[in-house]
Amino acid sequence: MSSKADKQAALLAYVLRLGDNALIIAQRMIERVTNEAELEEELANANFALDYIGQARLFYSYAGKLENKGRSEDDFAFQRDSREYCNFLLLEQPNGHFGDAIVRQVLFESFYVLQLEALTRSSDERLAEIAVRAEKEVRYHLRHAAQWFVRLGDGTEFSHARVAVSLQNYWRFATEFFAADAVDETMRDSFDGPDLKVLEKQWQLDVSELVADASLSLPDTVARVDGGRAGLHSEHFGYLIAEMQHLHRSHPGVTW
Amino acid sequence: MSAKGWPLYEVFIRTRAGLSHRHAGSLHAADDQMALDHARDTYTRRMEGVSLWVVRSDRIIASDPAENAAFFEPAEDKIYRHPTFYEIPDGVENL
Repeated sequence: MSSKADKQAALLAYVLRLGDNALIIAQRMIERVTNEAELEEELANANFALDYIGQARLFYSYAGKLENKGRSEDDFAFQRDSREYCNFLLLEQPNGHFGDAIVRQVLFESFYVLQLEALTRSSDERLAEIAVRAEKEVRYHLRHAAQWFVRLGDGTEFSHARVAVSLQNYWRFATEFFAADAVDETMRDSFDGPDLKVLEKQWQLDVSELVADASLSLPDTVARVDGGRAGLHSEHFGYLIAEMQHLHRSHPGVTW
Repeated sequence: MSAKGWPLYEVFIRTRAGLSHRHAGSLHAADDQMALDHARDTYTRRMEGVSLWVVRSDRIIASDPAENAAFFEPAEDKIYRHPTFYEIPDGVENL
């Protein structure tokens, strides 16, 4: 990883990963629309999903520009196949119940907010600009999800037991956030991007504090989960993109 | 998790610096912090405000409609209490 072309290729791959993370978690959140137990939560969830769609658009538009082959944000979102998406596996897992959704948001957004904060200092100006905007949005999402996490964990016996299982189920997926590969290293070394080792320490601290506040305990570290960034998805992913891409594939180029 | 158990809150928004908070509506929330978040998500989606207050509806001390006559009607015929005899200087939008 030394030539200018290699660096640009790594930047493009990185921006696409960010776009894929945002798009796939948005799709899962959109699946929850009309299913929240409270009207106010309904609005919050839909707003947050739209924040992520907005972020995905910014990342994909920028990826199109970096790639310089005329691909639009829609092409990246709707015209690729499963293996070309590089989102974290956590984000594509089925929604489950409300506690599952909250635990997923807490684990991912605790990481994502640190990632974005580091990216605001990137030497790549456009990426830094997008990160400034996205960081504010995600900081608020995390505040919202963290409060629910504590409320559920520290709430009734029933809510505590359920959210403890959610945490146990999703915990292993977090290892993927910190498995640095060549793209991450190039971002760190050539674009003043995040150092995942530093992020991991901070994430451990932040999440441990939240888990303690929620009267829960940290799960034992179990088998590592990896593969999302190589396009190796779980079985749920095919169903997810089938639904997500259905309209665009049935009516190519459709607008409204 | 039924809304039956969630108390009602009133929401007040200050639309921009210099103005006062105004009542915007109400919502349900399980606690004060959640009420503030819900107010943000429900009432400030389109940049409606720069500051939010929420207060439990049952903490508001309200006037009794049955006492309206004694409360408000005595002010009806006291035109001299209105500052309509001043000229407002040019450029002052909110007095």
